Amino acid sequence: MSGGGDLLPAGPATGGLAASDAVARGPVAPGPWRVAGQALLRNPSAVTSMAVLLLLVLLSLLAPAYARYVAHTDPFMSDVAATVSLHGEEVPVMQPNHNRLHLGLTPIGPTWNPRADLLGADNQGRDVAARLLYGGRNSLLISFCAAILCIALAAMVGICAGFFGGVTDMLLSRLMDIMWAIPVYLFAISLSIVSVSQGLHLGPVTIRSDSLLLPIVIIALVYVPYAARPVRGRVLSLRRAEFVTAARCLGVPRRRILLRDILPNVSTTLIVLAPLVMALALLAESALSFLSIGVQAPAASWGTLIEDGTGLIYTRPAVAIAPGIAIVVTVLALNILGDGLRDALDVRETSRGRS
Amino acid sequence: MKGHGRDDATPAAQAPGGPGPAVSTGPAQMDALLPVPTPLLEARHLVREYRVGGAFTRRRQVLRAVDNVSLQVFAGETLGIVGESGCGKSTLGRCLLRLDDPTGGEVLFENRDITRLGERALRPLRRRMQMVFQDSYSSLNPRRRVGDLIAEPLRVHPAPEGSSRTAAAIRARVEELAELVGLSAAALSRYPHQFSGGQRQRINIARALALSPALVVADEPVSALDVSVQAQVVNLFADLQERLGLTYVFIAHDLSVVRQIANRVAVMYLGAVVEMGDADAVLHSPAHPYSAALVSAVPEPVVGLPDRRTVLTGDVPSPVSPPSGCRFHTRCPAMRPVCRSEAPKLRPLGGEFRSVACHFPLTAA
Repeated sequence: MSGGGDLLPAGPATGGLAASDAVARGPVAPGPWRVAGQALLRNPSAVTSMAVLLLLVLLSLLAPAYARYVAHTDPFMSDVAATVSLHGEEVPVMQPNHNRLHLGLTPIGPTWNPRADLLGADNQGRDVAARLLYGGRNSLLISFCAAILCIALAAMVGICAGFFGGVTDMLLSRLMDIMWAIPVYLFAISLSIVSVSQGLHLGPVTIRSDSLLLPIVIIALVYVPYAARPVRGRVLSLRRAEFVTAARCLGVPRRRILLRDILPNVSTTLIVLAPLVMALALLAESALSFLSIGVQAPAASWGTLIEDGTGLIYTRPAVAIAPGIAIVVTVLALNILGDGLRDALDVRETSRGRS
Repeated sequence: MKGHGRDDATPAAQAPGGPGPAVSTGPAQMDALLPVPTPLLEARHLVREYRVGGAFTRRRQVLRAVDNVSLQVFAGETLGIVGESGCGKSTLGRCLLRLDDPTGGEVLFENRDITRLGERALRPLRRRMQMVFQDSYSSLNPRRRVGDLIAEPLRVHPAPEGSSRTAAAIRARVEELAELVGLSAAALSRYPHQFSGGQRQRINIARALALSPALVVADEPVSALDVSVQAQVVNLFADLQERLGLTYVFIAHDLSVVRQIANRVAVMYLGAVVEMGDADAVLHSPAHPYSAALVSAVPEPVVGLPDRRTVLTGDVPSPVSPPSGCRFHTRCPAMRPVCRSEAPKLRPLGGEFRSVACHFPLTAA
């Protein structure tokens, strides 16, 4: 706005000023979400990671189709006597060893042929590639649901602690500190061992020991202190923000301030946290499944696949490494996406506009 | 542009339940026979302390941001509060509106003690007293549209008799306010970051005026703006005061701004008022050495005049441990021994409504 004349009480001067005001930045006003979305789409690494994640999800969803129509196997049935056709001839899946003692059988290695054990077979003759896709379903599902649940709980805890302060804050913070003082994996393991052996019986509700809900809830619970801390910090800084003071000055009741002023600004923190928590949840789930206290047989997840492959690690490393690579790729993509989201959402918030 | 002499017809100028008609408060127009009107806002011996420090080894110290401040604001006038950064002006402003809880003393609004009222009791009073903040950007929620922000007070408070709170009525009122402060209706659907600082202050002003308050406390509203924009916003303030019969407490550190809009001025130093009186009198013939230094520091627009600036020696003492006696004595060019030992009280000087806290006030120079 250029320096103009005095604002006179009525009419023309006000009208002139109004006309120049109409030239505020931007002909249309895109909302803050749309601006953030556009910023995210302009970020090449974020777009790449989103594409990778989408691809993984798609492949996981197509697992049954792959198993049935491409690989012609049932990845959950061990079939030690099976054969696959390679280059026109039938090759047994389990091949006798050629070591000195000629003992034991070794499954077939990667054939790079989708129709026949793309990544080889495990020690029960099952197609690794098909199991990888099926495992992906469980892994991605569990980590996603755990992340959502964790964020929801952390939001409640963080917002209550940050907004209400005082005794509430003290109690919740100390509770979070106590939970966080226990090493995450030990905490998850101890909870899982108990619930996996007997299932969970909470009054009328019974959760079977092989239900996916168990790892979901346990992993979510274990990471709540991790996520609640930044949420609480954000709420605390928002409470001191001047627009909250202005709302108090206007007589806005506390509940409304929480809903209309605090919550929308906390949501950005939650959105940035989500992929990070999902990555952590995926790693935790893999660890639990590897220890056989996460996903239970006959279901598979990337963690159980790694465990299946430990016995073959010297002879057929692909069996263990393939799910490992899958985990690495997913975690990497989630972290990069988290960074991209943080950049996209923060940029808008710190823009001060013209002075 | 100063609003002298409200007439009774302006609704906001009715002295609330007090004796006598609402008369202008300039001393020149005060007739000794007329009873003193009840102030719209009054602070009595207001104190605001903070506990600072308190590491493991050091004991917590007390910081008196506002130290025994008493002042009165009468309906229709503008009281300017000036002083350098850190003198407690903003804290005083917040205490006056109960955005901060005073540690001691009383605040009376419309003759009612609001010092210890809870949030719920204060809420209906919030319609009548509002604030415009210094940082125009951080006082607006960046994720909400401007029209929504201005309408917020209308949605929160019930409608007065004779009007309604339908969406259409609210929309009409918001557009009316936007026009009042010089914003176009198209601006209402935009976000705060799309405006300049001066425009954002207009938004803040519109929001503050939504409920037609009687009192507006402006906490350094133009300090963060370019000089050219400052003039426009100050003119807007003055214009609105005339049109709507508002009462202002205008806090600023820039005397040239205060000069334009204030009827009376209070000068603060280290949390206490050191001089108070009619704006013209205080700013042209200051009685307190600190006021004199402030006034002399205002740049003159005319080139070639001799530089009569009084440069104060030393730094502002820490408010945690103010100097003994007169708090200004460490920097005062006119300091005498008694100033070190005895703190001067705010005493009337000369005409009515003029007071100064100094053992040796400057005579008119």
